[in-house]
Amino acid sequence: MPTSAAAVLDALGDATRRSILERLRDGPSAVGVLASQLPISRPAVSQHLRVLKEAELVLESVAGTRHLYRINPAGFEVVRGYFDRFWATTLHNFAALAQAEAATSAIPDTQPERTGDLT
Amino acid sequence: MSSQPSAQPDSEVVVRRAVHVPIPPEQAFALFTARMTEFWPAEHSIGSAAIAEVVVEPAAGGRWFERGVDGSECDWGRVARWNPPGELVLLWQLGADWTFDPTLRTEVEVDFTADDTGGTLVELRHRHLERYGEQAETLRGIFDSPGGWTGILAHFVDHARQVDA
Repeated sequence: MPTSAAAVLDALGDATRRSILERLRDGPSAVGVLASQLPISRPAVSQHLRVLKEAELVLESVAGTRHLYRINPAGFEVVRGYFDRFWATTLHNFAALAQAEAATSAIPDTQPERTGDLT
Repeated sequence: MSSQPSAQPDSEVVVRRAVHVPIPPEQAFALFTARMTEFWPAEHSIGSAAIAEVVVEPAAGGRWFERGVDGSECDWGRVARWNPPGELVLLWQLGADWTFDPTLRTEVEVDFTADDTGGTLVELRHRHLERYGEQAETLRGIFDSPGGWTGILAHFVDHARQVDA
């Protein structure tokens, strides 16, 4: 199972981490660059990036000695997962309603046929 | 962005769900559109009042909205295609913060196909969810509000767990 919704929400529950993500939306960046754009120290940026990485919202790549961080497109899984659950519930409800409709509309038309396999 | 190798320009984020119902397409289409109130998850409302009614106006270009118990109306989107009994496309235009955003166009495509038992296969695709990515500002905001997406998501996860249990 991928990252839990709770980990994602925790990671996003911090204003600094959200501003880091905002900056990464413009393209990959390094710790030093991010630190120069934000009112926090380089170690603090690293710390936040670690949390974002653990929540799978950010990916890290290494080119030589240079570490680059970028948005993880799979972060969309939160959006996708949300709507997937939403429609699963909604269509489940719809099917239940349709079954009830089928049952009530069947009664006036025909007598239920007794086939002897009722449980 | 060219720096993201896995995100092609045409990459579309889609949710697909299907369900089989024991009624013919004509009836399934009517039930889906005219009686949405009866199967819509009740906690899923964007208005300040509880949902009294979910309305899909029966024509292309029609409105898709909720009416609260206090009579207030909140738009959800539009009817993009209305081709009973086979095809319905709704524009879902609720932003990440659950307010109507006319600039956002995600599509809920529903196909009703007759099967050979007199029932219907209902296939739903919620398309272009990647367009939520264009809402950088909103996406930043949604996680700030307990009543926003996070709250609804958390509520939904709890609910799903209860259903699974």
